[in-house]
Amino acid sequence: MLTPHHSATEPQRAWWRFYQWLFWRRLSQMLVLLLFLLGPWAGIWIIQGNLSASLILETLPMTDLLLFAQVVAAQGVPALQVALGVLLVVGVYGVLGGRFFCAWVCPVNMVTDLASWLRRRMGITKGWRGSRSIRFGVLVLVLLLAAGSGTLLWEWINPVALLHRGVIFGLWLGLLVVLGIFFFDLLVSPHGWCGRLCPTGAAYSLLSHVSLLRVDAARREVCTDCRECYKVCPEPQVIDLPLRGAERGIGPTITDVQCTNCGRCIDVCPEDVYQFAFHLPNKSRVAL
Amino acid sequence: MGTDGEKSGEQQRTRKGVIKKGGEKGDSWLSGLTRRELLQESGGRMVKLALAGLLLWLHVRSSEAKTSVTLRPPGALPEKEFLGACLRCGLCVRACPYNTLELADVGNGVATGTPFFRARNIPCEMCQDIPCVKACPSGALNPSLQDITKARMGLAVLADQENCLAFLGMRCEVCFQVCPVMQKAIRLEMRPNTRSGSHALFLPVVDSAHCTGCGKCEKGCVLTEAAIRVFPRELVKGELGSHYRLGWKEKEKAGAPLVPELMHFPVRRPGE
Repeated sequence: MLTPHHSATEPQRAWWRFYQWLFWRRLSQMLVLLLFLLGPWAGIWIIQGNLSASLILETLPMTDLLLFAQVVAAQGVPALQVALGVLLVVGVYGVLGGRFFCAWVCPVNMVTDLASWLRRRMGITKGWRGSRSIRFGVLVLVLLLAAGSGTLLWEWINPVALLHRGVIFGLWLGLLVVLGIFFFDLLVSPHGWCGRLCPTGAAYSLLSHVSLLRVDAARREVCTDCRECYKVCPEPQVIDLPLRGAERGIGPTITDVQCTNCGRCIDVCPEDVYQFAFHLPNKSRVAL
Repeated sequence: MGTDGEKSGEQQRTRKGVIKKGGEKGDSWLSGLTRRELLQESGGRMVKLALAGLLLWLHVRSSEAKTSVTLRPPGALPEKEFLGACLRCGLCVRACPYNTLELADVGNGVATGTPFFRARNIPCEMCQDIPCVKACPSGALNPSLQDITKARMGLAVLADQENCLAFLGMRCEVCFQVCPVMQKAIRLEMRPNTRSGSHALFLPVVDSAHCTGCGKCEKGCVLTEAAIRVFPRELVKGELGSHYRLGWKEKEKAGAPLVPELMHFPVRRPGE
């Protein structure tokens, strides 16, 4: 599974280097949850609400992108605080990568990552591999439902909201939907939810067109085609061109909007091909 | 953890080796056949079955939910608009100092994640500064509501006149006493007690023009099951036909009868 194989030419890396970004990512996901939980559990209200909409230190509003789009579809003009809230979210993920949300913040990621880890672990290879563009269809459908009904129909079952809200407000029944997603990813379709269906991820991926933080296959010339990165990548189709497109004049930067910036490829690559880098608008790169 | 990693690494290499010999894609009949087959073949079916059972259970649960009526917080837009505006963020729930408001879970009978309260559980205390409305970022709780007595969360109805102690001839009056809009939203009307023939009944009467639907009366009702209950207004409020005119009110408005004086016909008695 995740364990690296060792090449003869490179010195062996310390084991923790293979879990570095995974560790920071889990820490980030936990911290986000903890920040929200500090209020109800310890009475420390740094942030109120949930991932759908929240208020930082009773002043700074945040609104989820998909929720915002639904409100606009359902109601037309959103309230000022809702609109201001989405600005901050667009700003943050516009810099860090649209789907940075998926890998570093969204609690469902922990569930689906567990499912895909178990899949690798148990050697389950079969499953439905529907197009990775279905999510945009789901996104359009969600917005059409909102526009047609005038209400936020998707929010009845939105697993991202159900999980986060469920944990923070103690609404445990909604978590059954999340359990369903776990089994869907485990038994029915590999990366089925986050990688093919989730409209939240689809909405955030649109921000990736402008985002600055990217993964670079900076040392792609030393790639040994071990395919470790493909195995762990939740969106392996994003790797191909940057990693192997040198002869075709394709740059080494992963620019596909579906890259979640999870950094797992950086972790598992035994040749240290990948790295995070900021791509400034003037095309210069700042490696991290 | 390091040794674990090493071990599984080796396992993987063997697995890889087998796969290389056997075929391109690591076909499942080459290794771990039974476990995988079991999972993949029966897994889908099991998931479907479990889903069906789950849906049934949720359906049962949501029909159980009808026994307790769910009310929206003060200032809530009409239900349909509310469902289009509410972000399900729960900031109103956090702002409520009495823990009146809850967020709906699956099967509560209201849209999941939206705020509601049950009067018999914890009623609305009608805070003067209306913190829940102030906390709402979306306007789903209408910020134009400044005066909590103008809130219309529901309407109290004396639903069970057979068991209400006042109707039985006792001076209970608890709902009247706990009403925050006392004398207006609930007043006591005196009626003769026809059962005893020599006493009075003091009957609580709700005035829909003043009732906020806070639910203090339902909470206060001393019966095992409340005789007075708060319902969403659209469930219980009747409406006159728009063409109806109440003669006595029209007369009041016009300051005079709308029809000319009645004609007087001579009275003829038999034999005259």
